[in-house]
Amino acid sequence: MNNPPDISPAQHETEQYAHDVSKHVRGYLIVGGTLIFCTALTVFLSYVNFGSQKANVSVAMLLAAFKAGLVAYIFMHLSAEKKLIYRVLLFTGIFVFALFWLTYLAWYDPISH
Amino acid sequence: MEIPYTVTARPDTGLWNAKIGIWLFLASEVMLFGGLFSAYIFLRLDAEPGYWPHGLLNVPVGTFNTAILIASSVTVVLAWAALKMRQFARYKIYMGITILCGVIFLVVKLGYEWPQKYVHFGAYIKSSALEKYEPLLGNKHLLAEGLPPRVEITGHLHNHEALHDPKIKEYEIALDPVYTDPTNPKMDRPHFLYVPPTEKIGVVQKADVERATMFLPTHNTYFATYFTITGLHGLHVLAGVLVFTYFWLPVGSKLYRENPEHLANRVEVAGLFWHFVDLVWIFVFPLFYLL
Repeated sequence: MNNPPDISPAQHETEQYAHDVSKHVRGYLIVGGTLIFCTALTVFLSYVNFGSQKANVSVAMLLAAFKAGLVAYIFMHLSAEKKLIYRVLLFTGIFVFALFWLTYLAWYDPISH
Repeated sequence: MEIPYTVTARPDTGLWNAKIGIWLFLASEVMLFGGLFSAYIFLRLDAEPGYWPHGLLNVPVGTFNTAILIASSVTVVLAWAALKMRQFARYKIYMGITILCGVIFLVVKLGYEWPQKYVHFGAYIKSSALEKYEPLLGNKHLLAEGLPPRVEITGHLHNHEALHDPKIKEYEIALDPVYTDPTNPKMDRPHFLYVPPTEKIGVVQKADVERATMFLPTHNTYFATYFTITGLHGLHVLAGVLVFTYFWLPVGSKLYRENPEHLANRVEVAGLFWHFVDLVWIFVFPLFYLL
């Protein structure tokens, strides 16, 4: 789903523009409904025993990642952004990965493991 | 002084200034919450069996708050779309609903959920005394089921003076339901609906207690991370509500009359912040309430 375009100063194009945005509005409502449904699903699945705590955590985090992806992609318009924003996010991703990698290294003890 | 590039794109970045500003800010926010989440993971993975509590938060209330935040994310993007379509009356309605959702979230969190914790009490039993409290803990049953042991007895403290008076040698606790029927398999996992403490009083000797406090950040690492992360998140919600309220007031109407696209861009930037706040909660909810 692309961003609604910037509004045109020309009257006849404004009507077409309003029509285009109204199509996006339907998409936003569908995404909102999907997010609510996924929340209910997360709660339901947390009471299902998947065999181990690790499996339950994985299922919940996968659903959370899907929901977060929807918010970022649709609501935050990352489906159609300028390259500079993606570059900023790429660097952010690298630093976050490094942060969690350090956490993992601090926790993982190669001698006793 | 005229602020440049509030509506038109800067030639070198291809973006209006506030857009790149908010994304740089959000990048720093990702690192802020990332640090807290990595601390959470670190503490949780290293917690001894039984020392990371489950089922202490009210799941239906947490689910309700999650739904409220998602609904507000929808209404804020609708408010922005309404401005783009130059429908100011609709913008006011959607923005009003967004502000209301933010306020409801904060009231539920600060007016109900947190105070409920302040009146709840927990006493960690010394490992040498766990056997003595087996009728309340049911650890033999849990061991047979392959589940982590219970090392804490929780409920509502009857004799509050015991917290400060060294002459009082025991805690009298109106027990949470799990300690009244600890070997019942239905008690092995947390309930969906909140079940309040029972009338049954359990007596725990202070000499048998390793640590005993109300459910405050100092109680254990779980509540330390819970209050820190939800508190910081709550501050973000408050900031969002304040900014949205500013745009909703006559200041917004004035800006709309002068330059509607500028107001739309401001709402988009504040909306991006709001979606990020929603995104953080999407991870907070399962980590603290469900897992």
